[in-house]
Amino acid sequence: MIEVKGLYKDWKEFALKDITLQVKKEEYFVILGPTGAGKTLLLETIAGFYIPDKGEVRIEGRDVTSVPPERRRIGFIYQDYSIFPHLTVEQNIVFGLKLKKSSSPDTNRKRVKEIMAWLSISHLAHRYPPALSGGEQQKVAIARAIAIEPSILLLDEPLSALDLRTKDYLREELKRVKEEFGITMVHVTHDQTEALILADRIAVMMHGRIVQVGTPYEIFNKPLTDEIADFVGVENILHGVVRSNEEGIAEIEVDTGTILAVSEYRAGDVKVCIRPEEIILSESRGESSARNVMRGRIKELHDMGPLTRVKMDTGLVALITKQSRENLRLRRGDEVYATFKATAVHVVR
Amino acid sequence: MNLLLRWSVEKLKREKIFLLSLFLGLFLVAFVVITLGNMFYQQAEDVDGLIAVALDPVVLKAIGVSLSMALVSTLIAFLFGVPLAYFLARKELWGKSIIEGIVDVPLMIPHIVAGIALYGVFMRYGLIGAPLRRLGFVITDAYPGIVIAMLFMSFPYLVNSAREGFKGVDPRLENVARSLGASHWRTFREITFPLAFPSLLNGAILSWGRAISEFSAVLVLAYYPISAPILIYEKFTSFGLRASRPVSVLLISVCLVIFVVLRVLHRRSK
Repeated sequence: MIEVKGLYKDWKEFALKDITLQVKKEEYFVILGPTGAGKTLLLETIAGFYIPDKGEVRIEGRDVTSVPPERRRIGFIYQDYSIFPHLTVEQNIVFGLKLKKSSSPDTNRKRVKEIMAWLSISHLAHRYPPALSGGEQQKVAIARAIAIEPSILLLDEPLSALDLRTKDYLREELKRVKEEFGITMVHVTHDQTEALILADRIAVMMHGRIVQVGTPYEIFNKPLTDEIADFVGVENILHGVVRSNEEGIAEIEVDTGTILAVSEYRAGDVKVCIRPEEIILSESRGESSARNVMRGRIKELHDMGPLTRVKMDTGLVALITKQSRENLRLRRGDEVYATFKATAVHVVR
Repeated sequence: MNLLLRWSVEKLKREKIFLLSLFLGLFLVAFVVITLGNMFYQQAEDVDGLIAVALDPVVLKAIGVSLSMALVSTLIAFLFGVPLAYFLARKELWGKSIIEGIVDVPLMIPHIVAGIALYGVFMRYGLIGAPLRRLGFVITDAYPGIVIAMLFMSFPYLVNSAREGFKGVDPRLENVARSLGASHWRTFREITFPLAFPSLLNGAILSWGRAISEFSAVLVLAYYPISAPILIYEKFTSFGLRASRPVSVLLISVCLVIFVVLRVLHRRSK
């Protein structure tokens, strides 16, 4: 378990401002935020590479704020792998083991063998890091970190420098690490998909502050501010005014019409967030239980592989599959109906 | 040579800039080769003179003094310069550029000026020389004087090269080592030092070479015990070119062999 309380740190162009966090035992915790938000600095401060200006860090209940990194039992993995270039793969992995008081060359060798086999990198044992691919290097970094049996693993954009296939594969490996060893994982990334797939909980970090903590569902469907909504990929953010509210269903007037949304707001200016994949397109106003239907013309069609992004003159953006695009024979200038449920609309101030 | 052989006309067209670089650069190489080559060539006509010098105990002792005192100077520069370089590479503090500027000063001032300044401090009545004399140590006209003059003129090469070497070691490697349980000391010993070592060795080679070649500052501080450059100077002023040349050729030859060996070691250490 990690507890961070009222943490402040200024370092070069980065800053941490009043960071308070709790990561539960054996949780996969993702810190999501744009570049320059201070995510790496936060991770490095938790690891003890920096002494905070103010605040405290507790690990498993122990105050470690002034404990040097080598006595914190935390594994750390960087985006660029940081494999010691003058040591072989095997020597890299055994590095931390050799430093343990209880270690003996025989047990160390056995443990390194086990870990290499578990991550399928046994064949690389005697190679030097420059001869390895990015994916291989990152596996070595993972092996080296888990060799010392840390209770916590801190990962700084561990997948960002990898190609798509390797990324998918290593993402599964990270899940496997957490399940096999029961390690508490704190993973920093700017990639929403990565966060969505891996996280038990997500903390969104912006401008040196934690702005929202919640389950992936909460973060992606109920962002607290429009800035968060914008960052987590809610492409439809409309400005509107609440006209009325009946039994928790707010009627909100936007530029292009009226939207019904599940919300507690009774009046005033709001922002309406709708995820593009929640919008259904059809040629005619069909019968459905969805409360919102907006007519509009197609302004742009963006091919995104298996998906198509459809931008309409009402300002709405919808994400549909290639299949439905072909079935509807959508072309620019076509008139379509955009349908979405009142529950798919998220209202923020 | 290999490079030249592998160049075809087609390649020459595409690699014009390299050709130009080589062409211009060769001027400097030729500068050295012609100057020293001429001296070796002239000496070749007087092999007997060279052999006589190579057997002369005074000459051999002077070369020995130069090489060994330069080694002592380099070891001292290493002992104090490597920590300074590590600090300069890793820490930001107010006045850091002042420290870096001070380190570079010996590179800028005329060597004779440095010699006179050192003399003022280390002579029998000098700031440091006087108390040392009371303790029974004499610096001027003694081995320590040679070492001090060499050290002053040569340590910046070591510090600067080592600093760049330490800067080239990613601090994240150190962070990871710490997270794996290595203390700061151990991290320095097992990660930072070995990775920066090629640069430290390079700095030591430069510093050692510079120390051997120091003349003016040594001249002022410790004319005796006689070291190679001073012996050569003495022979030149007393007996002329013919007398000083064989000693020069011998010194250059010895140094050349040592430097080539060191350079090979340096390449290997990378």
